[in-house]
Amino acid sequence: MARPIAERFAAAGVHLGDTVRLVHGDRVDEGVLMPRHAFSTADVAILKLKSGYNVGVRVDEETAIELVRRAEQRPRPSRPIQAQSSKPTVAILGTGGTIASYVDYRTGAVHPAASAEELAYATPEIFEIANVRAEVVYQVFSEDLTPKNWLELARRTKTAFDQGARGVVIPHGTDTLGFTAAALSFLLKDLPGPVVVVGAQRSSDRPSSDAATNLVAACRIAAEAPLAEVVVAMHAGPDDTRIAIHRGVRARKNHSSRRDAFESVNARPLGHVEGDRVVLTEPHRAPKPGSCRVANNVAHDVVLLHSYPGLDGATLERAANGRGLVVAGTGLGHLPHAALDALEALRKRGVVVVMTTQCLWGRTDLNVYSTGRDLLRAGVVPADDMLPETAFAKLCWALGNATDRDQAIEWFTKDQAGELSQRTLLLEAPPLE
Amino acid sequence: MSDAPDYAAIGFRCGLEIHQQVATTKLFCRCPSEAPPPDDEDPDFRIVRRLRPSQSEMGEVDAAALAEARRARLFEYRGSHASACLVEADEEPPHPACEDALDVALTTSLLLGSHPVDEIEWMRKIVIDGSNTSGFQRTGLVARGGRVEDVGIQTLCLEEDSCRRIRDEPDRVVWGLDRLGIPLVEIATDPDIRDGEHARNIAARLGGLLRATGRVLRGLGTIRQDLNVSVRGGTRVEVKGVQDLNGIPKVIEWETRRHLRMLDVAQALQKRGVQAAAFAYTPSDLSPTFSKTEAKFVRSTLQAGGAVLGHRLPGLKGLLGGAKKEDPRLGRELAAYAKRDAGVQGILHGDELPGLGVSEAEVAAVRQALHCGPEDSFALVAAPRPTAERALRVVVERAARALDGVLAEVRMAEADYSTTYLRPMPGAARMYPETDIPPSAVRRERLERLRTELPPPPEVQVANLQRRHGIGAEEARQIVHEGLIPEFEALALAADASLAARTLLAYVPDLEKRHPKSAPHLATWTRTVLAGVKVGRLAKEGVPAVLESLASGEATTLDEALAKRGLTGVDPAEVENRARALVAERAEFVRQRGAESVGPLMGLLMKEYRGRVDGALLNRVLAREVERLLTAAPRA
Repeated sequence: MARPIAERFAAAGVHLGDTVRLVHGDRVDEGVLMPRHAFSTADVAILKLKSGYNVGVRVDEETAIELVRRAEQRPRPSRPIQAQSSKPTVAILGTGGTIASYVDYRTGAVHPAASAEELAYATPEIFEIANVRAEVVYQVFSEDLTPKNWLELARRTKTAFDQGARGVVIPHGTDTLGFTAAALSFLLKDLPGPVVVVGAQRSSDRPSSDAATNLVAACRIAAEAPLAEVVVAMHAGPDDTRIAIHRGVRARKNHSSRRDAFESVNARPLGHVEGDRVVLTEPHRAPKPGSCRVANNVAHDVVLLHSYPGLDGATLERAANGRGLVVAGTGLGHLPHAALDALEALRKRGVVVVMTTQCLWGRTDLNVYSTGRDLLRAGVVPADDMLPETAFAKLCWALGNATDRDQAIEWFTKDQAGELSQRTLLLEAPPLE
Repeated sequence: MSDAPDYAAIGFRCGLEIHQQVATTKLFCRCPSEAPPPDDEDPDFRIVRRLRPSQSEMGEVDAAALAEARRARLFEYRGSHASACLVEADEEPPHPACEDALDVALTTSLLLGSHPVDEIEWMRKIVIDGSNTSGFQRTGLVARGGRVEDVGIQTLCLEEDSCRRIRDEPDRVVWGLDRLGIPLVEIATDPDIRDGEHARNIAARLGGLLRATGRVLRGLGTIRQDLNVSVRGGTRVEVKGVQDLNGIPKVIEWETRRHLRMLDVAQALQKRGVQAAAFAYTPSDLSPTFSKTEAKFVRSTLQAGGAVLGHRLPGLKGLLGGAKKEDPRLGRELAAYAKRDAGVQGILHGDELPGLGVSEAEVAAVRQALHCGPEDSFALVAAPRPTAERALRVVVERAARALDGVLAEVRMAEADYSTTYLRPMPGAARMYPETDIPPSAVRRERLERLRTELPPPPEVQVANLQRRHGIGAEEARQIVHEGLIPEFEALALAADASLAARTLLAYVPDLEKRHPKSAPHLATWTRTVLAGVKVGRLAKEGVPAVLESLASGEATTLDEALAKRGLTGVDPAEVENRARALVAERAEFVRQRGAESVGPLMGLLMKEYRGRVDGALLNRVLAREVERLLTAAPRA
């Protein structure tokens, strides 16, 4: 069994970034030793040639490894952030994700901004808009964030406002950005200014990244918009010229990769940013002076379940192992009859069961078909035109803070942050193209 | 042009880079490499984007990337659903590399005796001129080493082609997405090339080798040659976009003379004792000097509120121009930088003035205002003030670098075989790994398989074609050279081989030129039409007319085309009757001339039946009738 390749280089005293010569018979390869790709062949080392190309070179027991030159260590220049008092202050709370990430051209490794300076200097244009106060709250993939993180972010947001920020910008991975935006909408009350959750679909290590345009627009909203809500700022279309402002509770990632992945569902975007202009076109909550309030708690035992053909009672019962269950039902909000029995058991356990529609567009209606009426009889709470993700965040908030189950249901069914509406307009072609 | 330089004496070094489009799917998505040409003015979609250089934490930004960033512009991309998907739009991560394209690249490397790497690592080469929606070109080094005739091969890479430039507009560059992502095999040779003719021969040889794989695209723009040129005392310059083989020696000659001129200028400056510090940027507003100028362009700029800015160019008097307008000149270099980086129409410099409407008095006033000494020249820019400032600064910076002789640049070959500055030579700093695409391992089994499938060398392929199909040597050579073997063999199955050859080599290229939109359908149509010949639906003489009818859009089916061109089938009995009648009419002539009368009579019949009845058949029928008359009882 051949020794692992890393071991062979270590034994030769060679580290990543060093220039190395690999001699194999009459074949000689010289270059900088680079990190291997996760899918590289096991016995292949990656060298960066003088031309800049990386190539994979097979290394076996016969290959002689010679160290040519150690990697140069270059200290990174430190650039403290300067405050300019004439501009409004915007606080940036970093959470990780591709929106503010750095590439090391030498190794190709990309890492998210690790310090406040890195976070801010990824897009230096923001200093022309505001006094920037940046801090890194998390450095995680957004799919790893939990409701506990939402609460911490809400607290940091309040602190930022209390310390004089006009607006707060939260760069966030896009996978669960919609969840966080909705959660903050419920966890924060009486906001004095805008909270802008912003992401990027193309990482900032590439020239075509949407990170800079989105972040600049987010800062502009935070610094200038007469708005006191949690919103999402992302590309309105594939063009780099228009950034949409979505209400946090209405925004959903509806495409896995496009820049305009986020859409307002069952609502129109509140407005947009074009060039240096912020335009608000829909009714919105205006800033109110004073301190905002943060909820005390958040529930961690709510389950979100997508209904599907063949879902049975046992599965449903097993899945709903906490205090709350959000179902993304079919059509107007339905579950297979085979699953209905379980609802009685859940009710006995005190589980709040909420019904949304997996159609996303449109509202639930449990009065039209007998299945719906059965669900209502079983105590299921219809979520009306609320998104499943928004309903999930709302139930986490409601169950975490209400004194009892009934109060939680009461809070849940009442509009808190624009997530519910009585009227649905016949808007033209809301989905992608 | 003056006499060609003595290449050996001046330490001329030259390498070639051949880029050949591959006829598979695109490299990192499954859009076709070949699709109907899109309608640039009515595209299926348009996207407006910006690009920005991403700064590395090492603080390094590539020189080429910086030069582009200086010209912050919008890019508009136009696409057709037939040839572009979310990948070209940079709205979806790239898919894994096209295995067929990789086969073509590996096959080519085997033909060249190059050594494939053990694993191909896909890279991003930063290019932010908008020619790629992502801001980088994806590329992988496939093989190193090898040889073509007496020239060494440096590298063989597989990379994506860039967008097609539709046009430049004041605030944006408009690009077409159809070409973006087409696989390109890039072969870079060692700088072993001795002169222009040598370069042309090597390029022709490489082109033939690539076409021998049978998997490359043909036609205008599907193969592009770049040249790397240097002379002793200078540095390497890359010249892009030489369109045809015959242009290669001419471009090499012009570029070499440019190198020599730049080195002469540097030497002259040194003799005059000029130092770089003398070029410190101190512009002067000379607008008042030109308030009454006769120079039309200057006057209209001033009337529109623009300015005339000027700068002394120390020691450059007499060094900016050339003996002839078409000669390489430093003045032209300065203008190219100003055009490229500041978007001005051009500049004026001391060596071409007075002239162009600028008077002697104005020149004297300028020289005085700029404190020009007897060996100094000057540059003028007339434009809106911010543009003029930017342009003049670029001009002065470039002028200062005249001290360095030849600059490391990427240049563009022009239609007149001269070259123009495009951008600084990019460094290795602009390459970093494409983390979205897994590396492609080059396994031994794969190389073994490709080795057994290796196409024979072109001369063997020519002999094989002649032997198998009985076609002429020139036709066979052309088929091999154009990479048309698969198309030819497919057609030859359904039709007469020499008709198939003529159709592919003569009719199809002509139709492609005149009806480019129909190009993608020509393969199917030629098969249908030649099959029609075989079963007697039309004569081979009718092939061009029927293909023309289909390609022009006049007809959409063979039947329709035959009807439109009056080539609908003729009853064989009718032909026989007509031949008999003709022979009877001309019985006297037939008796006089005997069997030799068939020729002239054939001419008359062909007039009537061209394209509708096969000539050979007519000939047979006619000969039979003549024979019948001659053997019948002679007239009393």
